[in-house]
Amino acid sequence: MDINVRGPSYLELGGIKLSASIVIGWIIIVAAFFFCRWLTKDLKKVPDTKRQAIAEMLVNTMNNMVDENMGTGMRVYAPYMATIFVFALIGALVSLLGIRSMTVDINVTATWAIMSFVLITYNKINANGFKGYLKGLASPAILTPFNILSEIATPVAMALRMFGNMAGGMIITTMLYAALGAASSAIYGLIGFSADTYYFSIFQVGIPAVLSIYFDLFSGVIQSYVFIMLTMAYIKNGREG
Amino acid sequence: MENNMMDQESVLITAKATVLAAQAIGAGLAMIAGIGPGIGEGYAVGKAIETIGRQPEIKGTATSTMFIGCAVAETTGIYGLFVALMLLFANPFLKFLEQ
Repeated sequence: MDINVRGPSYLELGGIKLSASIVIGWIIIVAAFFFCRWLTKDLKKVPDTKRQAIAEMLVNTMNNMVDENMGTGMRVYAPYMATIFVFALIGALVSLLGIRSMTVDINVTATWAIMSFVLITYNKINANGFKGYLKGLASPAILTPFNILSEIATPVAMALRMFGNMAGGMIITTMLYAALGAASSAIYGLIGFSADTYYFSIFQVGIPAVLSIYFDLFSGVIQSYVFIMLTMAYIKNGREG
Repeated sequence: MENNMMDQESVLITAKATVLAAQAIGAGLAMIAGIGPGIGEGYAVGKAIETIGRQPEIKGTATSTMFIGCAVAETTGIYGLFVALMLLFANPFLKFLEQ
């Protein structure tokens, strides 16, 4: 069984180890960039191509989501949310292609969580002033340590939530694959084939797909959605309180 | 002299085995944390279904809110899973033996 929480390293360039997540992440970035360039090629005021209609639909969906959850006048955050959502979604769904999912790497999710945390803190300070921010931390003076703790817990929870969901799914799927492989070699051993020369495990066809639907598709989509929804909710709360 | 060396080595191996066994047991115990989120999420989903049954027109809002609530309620369970993963794959206590 090959279970590695930090992710395997793919390339080594000049002494710097590039992890699988970085390589996959950059492939996704380049692919998404060219896809968006293709979608937004020669835009017209009245769309006459399906391409532009799809592009407008995607942008409208994101804008409406931000309007609904953060109130009007916060559309400036729509591109950030869309970026994180698309990146997390594709990064999780590449596991359907047999590649290691990008979000099964605590470095990736921690990076996103820290970025969101910086945004949240900036909004808190921007709305209430630096003094107001400090006062909010020490609002019942006795609870100051707990307030600071819960402030730190925000990004930790965001990072661990995404990572934990995907890592748990990956581990369960890997264990299932190993068990099914062992079961089919045992069957081959009973029939008389040698498992080493005839390497095709019959049980690994189809059965893991049932789990994959939940752990890869459902979990990946829900976790990316929850990540941006929480970021929006925290930013909104920070501006109000 | 040789006997003494052998003794030390076997003591170290026993200590290592003990630490590994304790890590496995600790990982299992850490996953007890899954009980809480399980109960909490079940309660949340039940309430959401109740709401949808009463007001079918807000199905979309109720469902998305339920998913977010479930994801937040899951956090404590994920902490337990993280501790279990650390115990199983990072072996944090073995380094104390090697000193």
